[in-house]
Amino acid sequence: MNTSQPILAVKDLRVRFRTLDGQVDAVKGINLHVNAGETVAIVGESGSGKSQTMMAAMSLLASNGEATGAVDYRGRNLLGLDKSALNDVRGRKITMIFQEPMTSLDPLYTIGNQLMEPIRRHRKLGKTEARKEALRLLELVKIPDPERRLKSYPYEMSGGQRQRVMIAMALANDPDILIADEPTTALDVTVQAQILTLLAELQRKFGMAIVFITHDLGIVRRFADRVYVMRYGEIVEEGVTDALFSAPAHPYTKMLLAAEPTGRKAAPPTGAPVLLEGRNVEVSFKIGGGFLAGPPLFLKAVDRISLALKRGQTIGIVGESGSGKSTLGRALLRLLPSEGSIRFGAREISGVSREAMRPLRRELQLVFQDPFGSLSPRMTIGQVITEGLLVHEPSLSSKQRDARAVEALLEVGLDPNMRNRYAHEFSGGQRQRIAIARAMILKPKVVVLDEPTSALDRSVQKQIVDLLRKLQADHDLSYLFISHDLAVVRAMADYIIVMKQGQIVEEGLTDDIFDNPRETYTQTLMAAAIDVKKFRIAS
Amino acid sequence: MLLYVFRRLLTAIPTLFVIVTLAFFLIRVAPGGPFNQERGLSPEVKANLEAQFGLGDPLWLQYWHYLQNLLHGNFGPSYNLPDFTVGELFAKGLPISIQLGASALTLALLIGSTLGIIAALNQNKAADYAVIATATAGSTIPTFVIAPIIQLLFGLTWKLLPIGGWGDGALINKIGPVLTLALPQIAIVARLMRGSMIESLRSHHIRTARALGLSDWSIVVKHALRGALLPIVSYAGPAAAALLTGSIIVETIFAIPGVGRYFVDAALNRDYTLVMGTVVVIAIFTILFNLIVDILYAVVDPRVRYD
Repeated sequence: MNTSQPILAVKDLRVRFRTLDGQVDAVKGINLHVNAGETVAIVGESGSGKSQTMMAAMSLLASNGEATGAVDYRGRNLLGLDKSALNDVRGRKITMIFQEPMTSLDPLYTIGNQLMEPIRRHRKLGKTEARKEALRLLELVKIPDPERRLKSYPYEMSGGQRQRVMIAMALANDPDILIADEPTTALDVTVQAQILTLLAELQRKFGMAIVFITHDLGIVRRFADRVYVMRYGEIVEEGVTDALFSAPAHPYTKMLLAAEPTGRKAAPPTGAPVLLEGRNVEVSFKIGGGFLAGPPLFLKAVDRISLALKRGQTIGIVGESGSGKSTLGRALLRLLPSEGSIRFGAREISGVSREAMRPLRRELQLVFQDPFGSLSPRMTIGQVITEGLLVHEPSLSSKQRDARAVEALLEVGLDPNMRNRYAHEFSGGQRQRIAIARAMILKPKVVVLDEPTSALDRSVQKQIVDLLRKLQADHDLSYLFISHDLAVVRAMADYIIVMKQGQIVEEGLTDDIFDNPRETYTQTLMAAAIDVKKFRIAS
Repeated sequence: MLLYVFRRLLTAIPTLFVIVTLAFFLIRVAPGGPFNQERGLSPEVKANLEAQFGLGDPLWLQYWHYLQNLLHGNFGPSYNLPDFTVGELFAKGLPISIQLGASALTLALLIGSTLGIIAALNQNKAADYAVIATATAGSTIPTFVIAPIIQLLFGLTWKLLPIGGWGDGALINKIGPVLTLALPQIAIVARLMRGSMIESLRSHHIRTARALGLSDWSIVVKHALRGALLPIVSYAGPAAAALLTGSIIVETIFAIPGVGRYFVDAALNRDYTLVMGTVVVIAIFTILFNLIVDILYAVVDPRVRYD
């Protein structure tokens, strides 16, 4: 596929943002090139400048951003072009798809309307021909029933379908280069695999070069011919994929490659008592209904699920978005109204009032996915983590509370001197540690971890997984670990429940589920995850 | 959609009923009555007047009679303007207030939106600062300051406009009051539109449109503006209800025979029926424009569905 003829050459590119805190150098003078028809990956963690590099090349920087250097496309510097000349390249010769399929399409226009726009703009086609083209493109990206889909709005489609539409728009004018900025990060694993396969297939068909911007080394390994590894706005290492993966030179690359969570959790001793037990738990949501609007519909988010969590056990709940795994976690903590029986220890808690639940809450804690949204921006983290103590141990003096805060922060590996700071001063990984400290300070027995590592970079993920495992061992905790990330679940859980559409598809010991999945759905899920990471690296 | 409109109109009936009931009893709780302020009214005359209007009846009976009349479209006589019924007062004054209010609203939406868009497209540049400064001034200077300034400059000094009066609806008589009504609204709409546009221009689908090399016109007008319209629509509904039912300040300063002054006058004079009439009219306008806002929402945004 390599014709070794650079069509895009980035030379000494610098990207700088003017912010209230002064200048931020996001990209610090990098050089890279893309040959015709090849696949190049730019790898890095969040904040490495990998996206901004390509945003700058496309003149898509935020208004406070400024790029210097050169981005030569077939000998012309894109950075110096006026808008109309630039717009003859953008969307035609170089196109881009983004990480956020849910919001990257205009919600107010139909798919057809949006697909026809770049076609009509760049190829000066009439409405009828453009519509024919749009239809052909939808077929190309394998959207079922394309004729009808032309009239659909984005909100009527799933994330995977929207990303297909984005790809169709990007390919509408037969580009030379397709820049894909984390194109599958926001998607479920099975959908991820489909989109990646589609991209590979389309590349074979049309021969465009693809620039993959990603943090996912599995994707890089599988799809890229060459790799640039970025960190703090610089390229720390570059090379042909196989060579780079088998013999990484830079310590950062080595660290990235080793960052996949490893290890297994042993099952709790056979005699371990059951702490939290749900029997035929059912949660349904009412949709619509009301005055003159007819009877409401009921959606069963959790459909007759039974599970028993033993002391010291970690049950991993796996499933794609919409499978009901988070809803189940919340229902078991009685944060959502549910049917069926829920027992905590010897006590039936399913019918218990809010007041009667309150003293039990300290033993049943929850950690959320979003470390950015789940901490109050107006409280110091000392206040955030000790707030629960005010309710559950009101007799503590403020000095004692402070001592507990210090203890909890030390336990999660944070400097206790930082407890007078506010959440925005911390990184994503630190915030997740704070959220964990907030749960741990109450000395709980059961913790529901709802995608606690999903918003974090791989290297940080590994640290959080290690922390959670250490806390579990120290305090004999029971975890309900909800995640779509199979690699993390495998490292955390000793028992797995696979959910789909509110029901349990399959359950069993972790190794059994991973090594010998019985159900087709589980097999698809595993295959999709493994497909992406087919060439696992021995670390 | 039709079913939805029908349903909304149906739910307006109990809403109106609650408003009428509350207003009826609240104004009666206020001390005094319609004939207390007229000096030299002998107790006999006053009693006679009150009997004539049924004000001596028990309150519930008065309420019952009022409701009955209202259902027949009869707002009753005005106590303080005895030559007119409340219905007649509104028939004369409301069209005038509506004309002024609608003109002011149209101006405000057109000019305010344009200024807001210009500001958003030039965020943190000179044009933006100019719009923000003007808008802040426009919304902080009260109407009772703007109106006399307009009268002074355009009326007295340059003699371009009449100082006041309705002049049987001559265009030249409307300019002053419409400008006075529109200026603060222009300021508010401009600021709303600026904020809304800036947010819209930052959204991911605008980035997509840029990446596809679409023209600035398409990006701004087709993709950014439509999404940015929703906050303007939500503001314009209640604003329309307020503007179309008249403004006491503008109508008093420019001597316009609209309905804006009735609201305050009637309340001060305990002109019960006129107060009730005003409440009903404003309530109907508010309900109506909120419905229009909701319908426009569905027109602008296909995700909004009412079936």
